[in-house]
Amino acid sequence: MTRLPRWADIVLTPLLSLVLAFAISALVILAIGENPWTALRTMVTGALGSSYGWGFTLYYATNFIFTALAVAVASHAGLFNIGAEGQATLGGLGVALVALALPWPHWGVALPAAMIGAALFGAAWAFIPAILQAKRGSHIVITTIMFNFIAAALLNYVLVNLMRPAGSMDPASARFPDSTRLPKLTDLAAGVGVEWGKNTPANITFLIAVAACVVVWLLIWRTRLGYEIRSFGRSERAARYAGISPVRITVVAMMISGALAGLMAVNNVMGEAERLLLNSVEGAGFIGIAVALMGRNHPFGILLAALLFGFLYQGGGELALWTSIPRELITVIQALVILFTGSLDNMVRMPLERLWGRR
Amino acid sequence: MDVATVIQILDSAVRLMTPLLLACLAGLFSERSGIFDIGLEGKMLMAAFASAAAAAVTGNVWIGLAAGVAGSLALSLIHGAASITFRGNQLISGVAINFLASGLTVLLGQTWFGLGGRTPALEGAARFAEWKLPFADRIAPVPVIGPLYSDVLSGHTPLVYAALLAVPATWWLLYRTRFGLRLRAVGENPASVDTAGVSVTRLRWTAIAITGLLTGLAGAYLATGLSAGFVKEMSAGRGYIALAALIFANWRPWRALGATFLFGLMEAVANRFPNIDLGPFTVPSMFMNALPYILTVIILAGFIGRATPPRAGGEPYVKER
Repeated sequence: MTRLPRWADIVLTPLLSLVLAFAISALVILAIGENPWTALRTMVTGALGSSYGWGFTLYYATNFIFTALAVAVASHAGLFNIGAEGQATLGGLGVALVALALPWPHWGVALPAAMIGAALFGAAWAFIPAILQAKRGSHIVITTIMFNFIAAALLNYVLVNLMRPAGSMDPASARFPDSTRLPKLTDLAAGVGVEWGKNTPANITFLIAVAACVVVWLLIWRTRLGYEIRSFGRSERAARYAGISPVRITVVAMMISGALAGLMAVNNVMGEAERLLLNSVEGAGFIGIAVALMGRNHPFGILLAALLFGFLYQGGGELALWTSIPRELITVIQALVILFTGSLDNMVRMPLERLWGRR
Repeated sequence: MDVATVIQILDSAVRLMTPLLLACLAGLFSERSGIFDIGLEGKMLMAAFASAAAAAVTGNVWIGLAAGVAGSLALSLIHGAASITFRGNQLISGVAINFLASGLTVLLGQTWFGLGGRTPALEGAARFAEWKLPFADRIAPVPVIGPLYSDVLSGHTPLVYAALLAVPATWWLLYRTRFGLRLRAVGENPASVDTAGVSVTRLRWTAIAITGLLTGLAGAYLATGLSAGFVKEMSAGRGYIALAALIFANWRPWRALGATFLFGLMEAVANRFPNIDLGPFTVPSMFMNALPYILTVIILAGFIGRATPPRAGGEPYVKER
């Protein structure tokens, strides 16, 4: 087997996989008797054609950046974290507890505190599967799946029995005080005299997400810990021989991963809903897997892939609004992207390698 | 709690056990051959939809059953291509299959029936009828055995009995046939099977096909036996519970029966008594719902028993040249 040149491996194969996934999506749209071209146009105008659309696209992308970074950090350590969903759920609990605990004077004070709450709760939820993997060899994929369900049940219990305000029937927490309201991107734009994205949920957390990409990049490629994480992910035996503790790396990498997933809650719970709702994560933890796969576990790739998925999400909503194509089309596209970029990538790579071998 | 309630709960446990048992045995074949399958959930969902759709259109539940199995097999084909032919990541393929089923079922359902992702309610010949076992009426008056036989065991749809029969069948196939020996070997050490001149690829494809068949039955039971029609996301995590039961059962058929019955019983109890009042404190229903997952984590942690999965699970086999 010839090895592909680096650019082909990093850019060409995922791009071809993506093209395949979209081609099949187009066939699916044809099969349900709709026009793929009209669908695409609706999505592009709805998600990218106005600052309103962009506001939603960026809001969704923010969620996906956090969960995808979570999946990526675990993945560099050779661990498949399917539990970002549960960790983000717990992160929401952390945010809500912080936001409701004190009479915060200003959002600028509440935001760092909420971030710590979110990260701590997310990390704690990732800690148990991590320690079980490291010490007892319990398969982390299965334990994180189980922890997603346990998180959902736990949140349900906490909301219904403990955090629900008296007299309310909704399984939801009380509304956060106004002083914890995060500035929306629209306010920031208005601050510099630009009218942008009125009535959209995109908020300051987007900037935090972009900063998180930089921090993760520094962590993975510019620190000793990152080096240890990558060596451990490449070869556990070699890492152990070099004196890297498998237990420490597994636990630390998973806790960083959980913290990143938890941080997503700053965006959706504090930035948008302003109270804790049941199932507020809405599958973003799983979409993180697709985004991380597409972005090749690199923060820059993840940023681009998250924008793509943000566009798909907002565009999907617009499709459901303006055409008779249900929202679930997006789930299908998402599945195809995961399938082709994540597990059928050899289908693209093998012919490419043959092509290069012949030259 | 009186006897009638106990009988009712046991009866309901048998019904709720059935899809879990079929899916659990499905996972057993796949994982014993060395292919992880976290796509059981998606295959069940697809089968539930396909069976309900076909049964609603034709009015014949057996055609529905065939359609359900076909739908599930189609997804198995994708999983096989990804994990055997293209040696891709089996876990990621499973995740993709779950999403694919979750999206496609609603997309197609809405397009075909326009009921917001549901299929029309099934009635009459479009559903499975309940079978009365022989002598059910005559044994009924006998204390203990009577109600257990005529109420708990008798009066279920054919797929319940198919699931129960699948347990000894799986055991026999796995431990008493040449195919079973090879299947177990290929999940532990595929290279040795290859050296013996047996095709690893073919064994794994066969296992995946059996998995598809069994998840097909599981899904068809959900839509045509347990309920009357397809509802969005109706598998409701049962594929994952089946996966949990498989670990609980340590990848063995008879224990799978025990594990899935236990999980079915938990669901039945949680349905009957949302909150269990134990005097000083109340067990909330959420705890009962989460209990299978919690138990599985405890088992996985090795605090009770030890889970020993097939050794070659999850790794694509590359034939030496």
